[in-house]
Amino acid sequence: MKLSKIFFVLFVMLNFFSISFAEKNDQLTIKISKNLRCLICQGQSIYDSQSDFAVSMKILINKKIEQGLSEKEIYELLKDKYGEWIVYDTSFNKNTFILWGLPVLLFFLGGAIILRKLVFRKV
Amino acid sequence: MKNKILIILLVFFLSFCFFVLFKSLESSNVYVPEKKEDRQLAEFVSEDFFTKKKITSNEIFQGSDYYILNIWASWCAPCRKEHPQLMKLSKNSSIKLVGLNYKDNPKNAKKLLKELGNPFSIIIVDQSGALSIEFGGYGIPETFLINKDKKIIKTFIGNLSNDSVRQINSIVK
Repeated sequence: MKLSKIFFVLFVMLNFFSISFAEKNDQLTIKISKNLRCLICQGQSIYDSQSDFAVSMKILINKKIEQGLSEKEIYELLKDKYGEWIVYDTSFNKNTFILWGLPVLLFFLGGAIILRKLVFRKV
Repeated sequence: MKNKILIILLVFFLSFCFFVLFKSLESSNVYVPEKKEDRQLAEFVSEDFFTKKKITSNEIFQGSDYYILNIWASWCAPCRKEHPQLMKLSKNSSIKLVGLNYKDNPKNAKKLLKELGNPFSIIIVDQSGALSIEFGGYGIPETFLINKDKKIIKTFIGNLSNDSVRQINSIVK
């Protein structure tokens, strides 16, 4: 009787861990697929799209998570296959320096103009 | 003086905007996927279409200088259209043709091969579609030319044309 109780508790615990592990993987798949652009259906993320491409991509992401790849490794893997365009959050490189640099430049330029106006007003 | 500089700056800015918008009018707004070529093939395990046995990428891509991997399915109309081109390519002894049967019903796939001929040395199965993503595929049909170092050297999105076959033959020779 005691042994069966122990087995029952172990069974429940095992189920609990496997469910929480699967849930964690699903959450990560959702997070990654929201950060990826569906390349054949413009304007939608992989998460939003139900195209064959997006469905297959979600299966692959899940498989890679199960294989133990980190979020960053999965992005790198997909960037290697499909190029920088697949990720919404593009990295800083020779093709994207204007995209990243221009807002910073405009911020400082605007700041300088405001500062100059304020200083001149005081004088 | 200050006004003059402002006007010059404004004219410069507007000309820049006009130039950018005018240039963008010339470029097509139809999205063409970026083809990433000269990519190393990922290692994978798949299932043989006929024997249903597990097969590794190392077993598939061996014994030839060039490989053609073609993603196809019986439900895909353009795949039927490009089948004669694949039959032509199968006559080239320097190329080993590998078929990737994509999300297909095996019965229908076998029927198509019986009807149009089997150009492939080996056919692997991709029921989930994940394997086609491993190759960097966008859709179906799609064809990859792979060299003996297992690098994808050319990608053909859509059905193969006479010109695609000419291109492949000029690379392979």
